[in-house]
Amino acid sequence: MAGFLIKRFALALFVMAAVTLLVSFAIRLTGDPALMLAQGAGSVTEEDLVRIREGLGLNQSFLAQYLGFVRGLATFDFGRSFLGGTPVSVLIAAALPATLGLAFASMAVSIAVSIPLGILAAVHRGRWPDQAIRILSLVGLSFPNFWLATMLVLVFAIAVNWLPPSGMEGWQSFVMPAATMGIILTATNVRLVRTAMLDILRSQFIMVARAKGLAENVVLYKHALRNCAIPLVTYFGLQFGGLLGGIVVVERVFNWPGMGTLAFDAIAARDYPVLQAVICVLSLLIVLVNLAVDIAYGLIDPRIRTE
Amino acid sequence: MRGFKSLEFILGATLVGGIGLAILLSGLLFPDGGESINLGARLMRPFVDARHLLGTDPLGRDVLARVVVGGKISLKVGAFSVAGAVVVGVAMGLVSGYYRGIWDVIVMRFADVQLALPFILMAITFIAIFGGGLTNTIILLIVSQWVQYARLVRGSVLALREREFILAAKAIGVPDVSILFGHLLPNLIGPVIVLMTLNVANNILLESSLTFLGLGVDPTIPSWGGMLADGRTYLQNAWWVSVFPGLAILLTVLGLNLLGDWLRDSLDPTGRTAR
Repeated sequence: MAGFLIKRFALALFVMAAVTLLVSFAIRLTGDPALMLAQGAGSVTEEDLVRIREGLGLNQSFLAQYLGFVRGLATFDFGRSFLGGTPVSVLIAAALPATLGLAFASMAVSIAVSIPLGILAAVHRGRWPDQAIRILSLVGLSFPNFWLATMLVLVFAIAVNWLPPSGMEGWQSFVMPAATMGIILTATNVRLVRTAMLDILRSQFIMVARAKGLAENVVLYKHALRNCAIPLVTYFGLQFGGLLGGIVVVERVFNWPGMGTLAFDAIAARDYPVLQAVICVLSLLIVLVNLAVDIAYGLIDPRIRTE
Repeated sequence: MRGFKSLEFILGATLVGGIGLAILLSGLLFPDGGESINLGARLMRPFVDARHLLGTDPLGRDVLARVVVGGKISLKVGAFSVAGAVVVGVAMGLVSGYYRGIWDVIVMRFADVQLALPFILMAITFIAIFGGGLTNTIILLIVSQWVQYARLVRGSVLALREREFILAAKAIGVPDVSILFGHLLPNLIGPVIVLMTLNVANNILLESSLTFLGLGVDPTIPSWGGMLADGRTYLQNAWWVSVFPGLAILLTVLGLNLLGDWLRDSLDPTGRTAR
């Protein structure tokens, strides 16, 4: 077990080091922020540019800047935004809950829909409910997330004025973004639930439960569902990265004040510290969630450890 | 199940074939490339005038023509990005699975790093450095997708390399190159083809979201993502400008997914292919 834990931790650390190094190196190649900042100020001399670079710490070597960034990452101090000088940690602290809130809402929608549908498909394997759900799931997989979001706005904010088209005020504004990502996640999850249930429904304890004369719903939702909880939680956990990636795009449609909006504004302004922090914080989160899922799975199911 | 399977194939082939044919013939069907501006016919509703079946956009350009012509971008992106990723990924997977050693470690750790980073974050970084455009979008997709093929192929090679027919080929002195491409490759190509079909679909989706976000191909040439970005401004009073390009993406990707699903079940009944 110790060996398994050490291996997983080492891998997570390696991935994080590689991501931060890649991101800080790559972002340095994107252009001179001093020039961008100076453009607004009218005429600038070479001395002005040097002064701006010094003020931003851009005159230090790449290694010094990188080490400074890693030290900052450990203490949640990401420096200041090039625009306006707000501490990046303040911006992240405002945006991250908005994005994570949406992620959990989408996940909740998807779990609530995909579990009953997946069970329905498994129970009626090969018959019309299974095939209808399969077709629906394929359609869901084929939706561009930003277009689905746009269509929801068209229907629920423009055709009938039930929901706010953008922004984050009150629970109503969560409905459309969470539904968008929830529908797209459900398309995948319904298949995972179906497969996991089909495996379990073949086992003997299910036959015993039925032979005892238990109600079918008790057999399905109590005996069978509990036993596929472990693989399902793992699958759902591993989707976290893809979910965050999707939310970043959908945020754009809904003007959602989250990490995606922060990133797109930062990219337009060449605001390195913000862009670097957004990408690193999101990747760190994904690595940590994957690590937690791996370890939890290893703890529960000893066969995984020897893999 | 058999009937359903063939229905899946017929539906997928009809969608992909029909849309593909329309795109290939777009030069003949719409010689103006959907570019002719007619301010007298701005924002015409769809299904009213036979000359503008799907209506017109805010510059009076025909939406149907632009949707069909815009498909060329998706077709190019889908074809070239997947072709590139397959070549790189299969070669990497064959070599790292067959020779193992330090090369294998490097490739697989690289894959771990890439899989930890969501595509869109990688895309933002990549495009901030190298800029957008059609070629860069295709390169970005190749860089981000080859890993899937490398993993799939490596896994199959690891299973195949100890089999008798490979050991026998080695024993009689068949050169490595022909073991890799002559003996191993034909035995693992099935899942690769399935992954390719699904990958074309996925890459069309990814390109359209990048272009929608203003990070992908040039917004002045017609493309599905670009049209959707334009249409958002007029969502209040001209729904058709946003609906039809998105519908084109949906139907194309759905057709490819149907074909991929059908192929997976026909080529790989045990369900080994990673999704």
